[in-house]
Amino acid sequence: MRVSYKWLQEFVEIDIAPQELADRLTLAGVTVEGVTELGSGVSNVLTGRIESISPHPNADKLVVTSVNTGGVQRQIVTAATNVREGDVIPVAVEGARLASGLVIKKAKLRGVESRGMMCSGQELGIDPKTMVAEQANGIMILPPGTPLGKEAKEILGLDDHILELDLTPNRGDCLSMIGVAREVAALLGRPLRIPQPSFKELAESIEGQARVDIDATDLCGRFCARLIKNVRMGPSPLWMQQRLRNAGIRPISNIVDVTNYVMLELGQPMHAYDYNLLADGRIIVRRARDEEKMLSLDGCERSLTPDMLAITDSDGPVGIAGVMGGLTTEVTAKTTSVLLEAAFFNPISIRKTSKVLGLRSEASQRFEKGIDIGGAARATNRAAQLIAEMEAGDAVSGVIDVFPEPPQAKIVSFRPARAAYILGVEVPKEEAAEILTALQFKVRDSGADLLVTVPTHRVDVSLEVDLIEEIARMHGFDQVPGTLPFGQSTQGKQTREQSLIAGIRNRLAGDGLYELMTYSFTHPRVLDQMNLPGESPLRETVKLQNPLSEEHSVMRTMMLPGLLDALARNFSRRVQNGAVFELGRVFYPQGEGSLPEERQVLAAAAMGRTPAGWNAPAWELDFYYLKGVLENLFDYLRTEPVSFKPELENPSFHPGRSAWLEVAGARLGVLGELHPDVLEQFELPDRVVAFELDLDRLLAVSGRPPVYATLPRFPAVERDIAVLIKQGTPAVQVVDAIRSAGGDLLRSVSLFDVYRGGQVSQGYQSMAFSLRFYAEDRTLTDTEVAEITSAIAQALAQQFGAELRA
Amino acid sequence: MEEKLKRLNEDVRKALAEAHTMDELNEIRVRILGKKGELTQILRGMGGLSSEERPRIGQVANEVRNTIEGELTARTAGLKELLKEQKLREEGIDITLPGTPVPRGRKHPLTIVREEIQDIFLGLGFSIAEGPEIETDYYNFEALNLPKDHPARDMQDTFFISPETLLRTHTSPVQVRTMEKTAPELPVKIIVPGKVYRRDDDATHSPMFNQVEGLAVDRRITFSDLKGTLDLFARLMFGMKTKTRFRPSFFPFTEPSAEVDISCVICGGDGCRVCSHTGWLEILGSGMVHPRVLEVSGYNSEEVTGFAFGMGVERITMLKYGIDDMRLLFDNDLRFLQQF
Ligand SMILES: [Zn+2]
Repeated sequence: MRVSYKWLQEFVEIDIAPQELADRLTLAGVTVEGVTELGSGVSNVLTGRIESISPHPNADKLVVTSVNTGGVQRQIVTAATNVREGDVIPVAVEGARLASGLVIKKAKLRGVESRGMMCSGQELGIDPKTMVAEQANGIMILPPGTPLGKEAKEILGLDDHILELDLTPNRGDCLSMIGVAREVAALLGRPLRIPQPSFKELAESIEGQARVDIDATDLCGRFCARLIKNVRMGPSPLWMQQRLRNAGIRPISNIVDVTNYVMLELGQPMHAYDYNLLADGRIIVRRARDEEKMLSLDGCERSLTPDMLAITDSDGPVGIAGVMGGLTTEVTAKTTSVLLEAAFFNPISIRKTSKVLGLRSEASQRFEKGIDIGGAARATNRAAQLIAEMEAGDAVSGVIDVFPEPPQAKIVSFRPARAAYILGVEVPKEEAAEILTALQFKVRDSGADLLVTVPTHRVDVSLEVDLIEEIARMHGFDQVPGTLPFGQSTQGKQTREQSLIAGIRNRLAGDGLYELMTYSFTHPRVLDQMNLPGESPLRETVKLQNPLSEEHSVMRTMMLPGLLDALARNFSRRVQNGAVFELGRVFYPQGEGSLPEERQVLAAAAMGRTPAGWNAPAWELDFYYLKGVLENLFDYLRTEPVSFKPELENPSFHPGRSAWLEVAGARLGVLGELHPDVLEQFELPDRVVAFELDLDRLLAVSGRPPVYATLPRFPAVERDIAVLIKQGTPAVQVVDAIRSAGGDLLRSVSLFDVYRGGQVSQGYQSMAFSLRFYAEDRTLTDTEVAEITSAIAQALAQQFGAELRA
Repeated sequence: MEEKLKRLNEDVRKALAEAHTMDELNEIRVRILGKKGELTQILRGMGGLSSEERPRIGQVANEVRNTIEGELTARTAGLKELLKEQKLREEGIDITLPGTPVPRGRKHPLTIVREEIQDIFLGLGFSIAEGPEIETDYYNFEALNLPKDHPARDMQDTFFISPETLLRTHTSPVQVRTMEKTAPELPVKIIVPGKVYRRDDDATHSPMFNQVEGLAVDRRITFSDLKGTLDLFARLMFGMKTKTRFRPSFFPFTEPSAEVDISCVICGGDGCRVCSHTGWLEILGSGMVHPRVLEVSGYNSEEVTGFAFGMGVERITMLKYGIDDMRLLFDNDLRFLQQF
């Protein structure tokens, strides 16, 4: 809603500047998005009348005119084609400035002196959308009686400020000048001046000439109609056009402009039907029939449904209620009688209809938010008055007012103590009463409390707490002090899972991974890219009914594709090294009637290598890197023991380079190099490694309490051994064999080297282990250690045919 | 003899001054004080002295011996120190060479900011609650005083899974779920971080974004408490000089409702491009829990009141780091993520 500061002053006296008014309104909940100064920068543009037009001696496309700007005759050369002798037009005289910043100087055009320039609306800062085509493209022609030599800015109502409102959906009552004026009056403590329509009616009565029936009373709560005869169609007066334009509405004709003007002033949308084209002068408000057709005002054929409310005459639809009128009964230059409509339509129905038809108008926006059901008759009278004043027609006596069930007045009791209980600050009963009265609530004092009657324009108010809000916002939110809640104190604490998850993030970031945030929805194609077979359960996705695009159309069942996409995007931007992780949810459908299962997942992926240093070589971000990351993580989380087992059948992973993780007898997830087909699908480099774990399960096996063991009192003995062993022997089996042969005194085994080639014969590898021995009651002798070591060597020889290297 | 001793003392002094290595010093020690050393030799000759002279010369000899030993020790210590200093000098490294590369990683800026928000409210006695991202229409809308066909539903363009299931458009459903679980016990003091979804996609909107919701329900929770709590939050989050401004607004699930602005973090309130020259930045929506929401959640709204608020983590992150395009937060470009 665009609110004219000057027009507003017709209803309430305002002695603060537009910007200050805007701030006051904003802090009272009527948000003003911005204040625009109209005709900003325009000066010295005067009204002038073209007295004569003669050809230019040297140019075919130019004419030489003589313009009277209030006693001063100016010779002006122009290329304009839409001006005639006698037209009143805006003239930028020497020194004038236009909206674009252009300054007008005396000039010679093709040898003929020109003392000024005729202006278009746009040059004065008028939005071309609010002008009819011939005016938008040419010189602005003012009405013949316009006084000469006056500032055109003033004559055109451009010496004004517009307050651009950004209203919350509950405040439909502020979609009118009166509504905003009511707020301003209450804020400034000034009386509100509401126009009381008075006009002469013709002797003849509307009765017998027009008739209105409401069939669908659930969708139409009230319908008022007035009949205007002796209509003289023409343009509306300049002042009305300006106000419409300033509000963003294009003037059309006197009758149509009046309906729009009343809508802006009172918030009641109106429609004018050509009475003579209305079959039998009858209006029936009913649900449309299925596939009933109507030509709307914009010339389109509309197909209606029974969910829509139609305004019909005896022949059929003449309008879609509250959304758009019909072409057959349109008011035209030939119209001589009109029937004016001011009705109340069901907000939900209007909202749905305008959505289905894709038609949002000034009228539908107001109906959707709920207009004042009590204001319809007044609107028809105000329209009739305006029509009479501009001598555009005569009102027939009487109003048809079909109002099947006038709503009961809403009476809400207001307890000042309750307001204090909610607000934390006392607003005296008297002040509360004043505030509500200023907002046109009727207030009756009933001792401790107030009995408040809600005016019909405040459709958003029905509970005591709504009144409390009115009091609070007018009293001023800034008048409420800030306190902290007291009462029972509570402990702010994360749950076990929440702190573990926070720890996981810190741990992974500390180990060289960057956290990503990818969308939870994805393209179904990614499941093909992951090489999943047709029958994979991961292909059963939760689908969005109305996705933004196929790209974001299903909820993910795996997290890895998002990470791989991100890596690929980085790779294509020549960021070729990096490790990333993400914690989030995946979604599994659970059948009709239940919400999908949401499981938390932890995934990571890495490509390339670490940066090389001058003193340390780069290393590959490979399988063993992510395995190390996981081992660190499991250690940090104190999980149950996790074992890595060969993952041979996973179509997304390299069959020889992937592992599944088992913990407490269940599958925790998968770690491995991606399958070359997957890498190709994602346009990733040759080797990318990744893991995806069931985070819920990981958390469940995490957090074993540490068990303290006394520190050894006797020194440990360390021995390194190297064994030659067949390639392909899993290291974990060798370690297990060492452990079991080493007995209790062998406290730790760590593999520190694997070597192939050189002196190691083909098909074999050398594995070097560091062994650590100690006893709790003595220092071990070399002999004891040598015995154990040889037992280990023997076991390895037996089990693997391995040979101890010297 | 006395003469000999004095000369020896002089010789030693000279020799010490010329010695530059530990070996040389040791050599002097042996040469003078050793079993066959010069001083020892001289002292052996004391037998030939008269009994009157012997004590006097003996005393001189002792003095000379003490002096030599003292000088030798001092010289040894000095040289040791000198050699140590020399060694340390020689061992100098180029400390401007970079350190050994240790892999680096970082948390996502949205995580960093969300955790910061959480920490503030944990400190104020709130706990963290979570809920499903795919919600029923009931919890996402109806229980929050947004019946079907309510025009305010248009404020949150929704992704639907089925007519009754949807991607939650805000974290507010967790308010109702938590209250239902807790009622009639009091108090409820939670914050709810989480992903939410709306059908918008441009430089200032993402179809998925992160919210942190807050809820405090108890007897006698007031609008004044809401103001105090959020004012404190703003100061802890954006600096103690930050001012807040509460503007009346509308949310179906709160009444009264307030939009909360903070004084611009860029210009401090003087007006700049970021705050559209108003000096204020809108950062969260809030209000007193609507009595209908309390009632459907199992509380008697006459006795129990509460406040609720919600903020967008993206917005706060962008303000905090001066990020001008929300899409960067979900683009996952490592060059971006390395900066936080
Ligand atoms: Zn600023």
